[in-house]
Amino acid sequence: MSAVTKAAVATSDYLDDRLGSTKWLKKNLGKIFPDHWSFMLGEVALYSFIVLLLTGVYLSLFFVPSQTEVVYNGSYTMLDGIKMSEAYKSTIDLSFDVRGGLLMRQIHHWAALLFVAAITVHLFRVFFTGAFRKPRELNWLVGVGLLTMGIFEGFAGYSLPDDLLSGTGLRIAEGIMQSLPLVGTYMAMFVFGGQFPGTAFIPRLYIVHVLLIPGIILALITAHLMMVWYQKHTQYPGPGRTNDNVVGFRLFPIYTAKAGGFFFIVFGLTVLLSALFQINPVWMFGPYTPTEITAGSQPDWYIGWMDGALRLMPNWEITAWGHTLSLNVMIPAMIIPGILFTILGLYPFLEAWVTGDKREHHLLDRPRNAPVRTGIGVMAITFYVLLWIGGGNDIIATQFDMSINEITWTLRILLFVAPPIAFLITRRIALALQRRDREKLLHGYETGTVLQLPSGEFIEVHAPVSPQERAVLTAGESYAPVVIDDGPDENGVTPKIPFGARTRAKLSRFYFGEQVERPTQAEIEAAEHHAHELADSQQAQIPSGSQEPSQH
Amino acid sequence: MSGTGHDLEHSGGHGENPLAPGLPEHTPRRADVDPRAARRAERQVATLFGVAALAFIGFVIAYVAFPVDHVTTVPVLGAVSSSNLFLGLTLGIGIFCIGAGAIHWAKKLMPDVEEVSERHELRGSDEDRAASASEFGRGTAESGFTTRPIIRRTLLAAMVLLPVPLVVLLRDLGPLPEQKLRTTLWAKGTRIVSDVTLQPIKPGDIPPGGLISCVPEGLDKVEEEQGNLNARAKAPIVLVRMRPDQIRSEQGKNWDYEGILAYSKICTHVGCPTALYEQQTHHLLCPCHQSTFDLADSGNVVFGPAARRMPQLAITVDADGYLVAQGPFTQPIGPSFWERG
Repeated sequence: MSAVTKAAVATSDYLDDRLGSTKWLKKNLGKIFPDHWSFMLGEVALYSFIVLLLTGVYLSLFFVPSQTEVVYNGSYTMLDGIKMSEAYKSTIDLSFDVRGGLLMRQIHHWAALLFVAAITVHLFRVFFTGAFRKPRELNWLVGVGLLTMGIFEGFAGYSLPDDLLSGTGLRIAEGIMQSLPLVGTYMAMFVFGGQFPGTAFIPRLYIVHVLLIPGIILALITAHLMMVWYQKHTQYPGPGRTNDNVVGFRLFPIYTAKAGGFFFIVFGLTVLLSALFQINPVWMFGPYTPTEITAGSQPDWYIGWMDGALRLMPNWEITAWGHTLSLNVMIPAMIIPGILFTILGLYPFLEAWVTGDKREHHLLDRPRNAPVRTGIGVMAITFYVLLWIGGGNDIIATQFDMSINEITWTLRILLFVAPPIAFLITRRIALALQRRDREKLLHGYETGTVLQLPSGEFIEVHAPVSPQERAVLTAGESYAPVVIDDGPDENGVTPKIPFGARTRAKLSRFYFGEQVERPTQAEIEAAEHHAHELADSQQAQIPSGSQEPSQH
Repeated sequence: MSGTGHDLEHSGGHGENPLAPGLPEHTPRRADVDPRAARRAERQVATLFGVAALAFIGFVIAYVAFPVDHVTTVPVLGAVSSSNLFLGLTLGIGIFCIGAGAIHWAKKLMPDVEEVSERHELRGSDEDRAASASEFGRGTAESGFTTRPIIRRTLLAAMVLLPVPLVVLLRDLGPLPEQKLRTTLWAKGTRIVSDVTLQPIKPGDIPPGGLISCVPEGLDKVEEEQGNLNARAKAPIVLVRMRPDQIRSEQGKNWDYEGILAYSKICTHVGCPTALYEQQTHHLLCPCHQSTFDLADSGNVVFGPAARRMPQLAITVDADGYLVAQGPFTQPIGPSFWERG
């Protein structure tokens, strides 16, 4: 027993005497995790969050969350004599007077952008592979909560330095609050401690940013990981991988080294990014003042789609009976995000209702094998990206010398036209890919080798797919669409089908009405048998020495 | 479910694919069979860890060597803070190399034989479920929760009312809205001063076609007294000058002074200060969401998400010839709100 092992065992025994932890350790040190690059997206999010915690603690040692006005006279002479809040001044001081302070700020900001980006791409992976299916619906909800919290947390952090851009963002947030019927003005007054901007908001936002939301995120991450751990990770189809097993490597030492190492990779790259590329140079924007603004002001990327929604919305407002309903603000800023996140959260339950599938799913879907789900996902992404482009309509207009009116109108129309088209194209491509899979299974792949038979006939040699590929191509299963028999029965009575059942049947036809028939085991085996016979007969006809198919 | 349903109940092994082979045989890596390759991999991992250690020492050197205001010019990046650059490079390379070393170690030298572990259905057995259901039933019965409705109802009432004090506590987070969104510093005779110089403005100070950002006189004193920017958030206006025959309409008769018009600067959409003025068209554009207002035509919205026109401030000149407000704004400035009407 090596000294390292001895020390580890001694520690473990000490803890076991008091906590009974050995049982858990024994079970989990050798826990198997499947390996795939797409499983690292969630890890990127987790590691960015750790980087955010580490750098955030450092920043909090210097940042002064106060809107008390001071006059700057410091190292950055461009701002000398200018009135600003203590929050802004401490951010400038941190950037110019503290060695490594700017680096920590830039790491914090880059990591925040990466955090939300990684969550988003991880969500795409989980969606398109059907990883949200039973038993993981609850973890999907936790994930949606993490995305929501991540966006709020990012916006709060962006707003704290009290520079011109962050103050403008808060002004917009206040305008959005005011648009709420009945409670809007009260909400704005209570949140800001009076009129905008007041002096209460940054201290309040600070505690939300450094304690409240990080606490919630930490709790949600804990729940997220515990569920992943307990339910065991999903895996992609492949040889030896079934719905009832996990194929991969042990937690200790392989995943400890790989995942632990990956944390350092993510951290290291974020630091390098911050060393080389400037982000959020607040000293260039100047302190916040309600009378000034810069052209081309942009929020961080994950707010872009909401800003785009605000920009693209027609200017509808209803004034009646002494009240004003600002649809132009409420719809894009509250209703659209509300609907999108509600649908996002409910999707697994909706799909489970349509399929009626109550079984556990641990083997991931290939996106092509769920054409409607994949289509819905691409449709949603199209909608999101169009809004996001809308958030940069002024930049596009100035960069490409286009009319902002035309860009806005084009995007307004595309917002309704493009997502359904994206859905149809995606579903078509998925079905076509399924057909190709079927072809490959039944007729093998085209080797590119053309042979002339003694009879003079030309044939292309097809070879059966490898067993590994066959395992992937035959994975998954089809659902039969629900058929309701609502014709009159033998007594001539038309049965009354409840609305829910009818809707479900309709959705089921929408999901599974059009699909490519999957080859059966017998068909594939017959095809392979046939291929072998063919190969034998070809071999018999071809002079020896030339039967090896050559690649072209 | 009824006959219209098609629920697929749990059944173990539905993912078993008869056409899929078992795990493919493990192909050994070079380091598994060739001790020299293994030693090479060992050296590579050690080099990465060694570089990391050196990089952290480099970090300390950079921390001491570069004053925080030292600037280095780097190709492509331009002039950058030396401290930020070298602290970042050393720290980043160091941390990255730890990760690269660990992963290289795992990939080359630790076993890469895939292993299989079985899954077990997550749900408990039917017996366990029945046992826990009866346990729950026993507890409920013993507590009397179902048989003593008065306890249940009063407890429910208490729990429903528990959040009320918590919500009430939030009341003093801020004052009530009252007239706060409807009032600004502008009043009859308030002088218009430049936002930059704080000097009062005579009509001749504004060039034809020009725009000046202005605030009410005394705003700086109010800010000093209140210690916040609240008055500033509502008060800013823009002064524009056009030929009187270019003015197609105004929000009130004679609200301009010899072609000089005063409009609120705060966008009626969500409150950004509008700043971009097109001299030829007299359009004022908000850079946040591109709402565009025609200042030659009562400040009407010509494009963008803003629903209502930009409030106009009636102006004139006082006895000394300086531009002043004829009175307060006749409507709330800035974004709409429920009580606005």
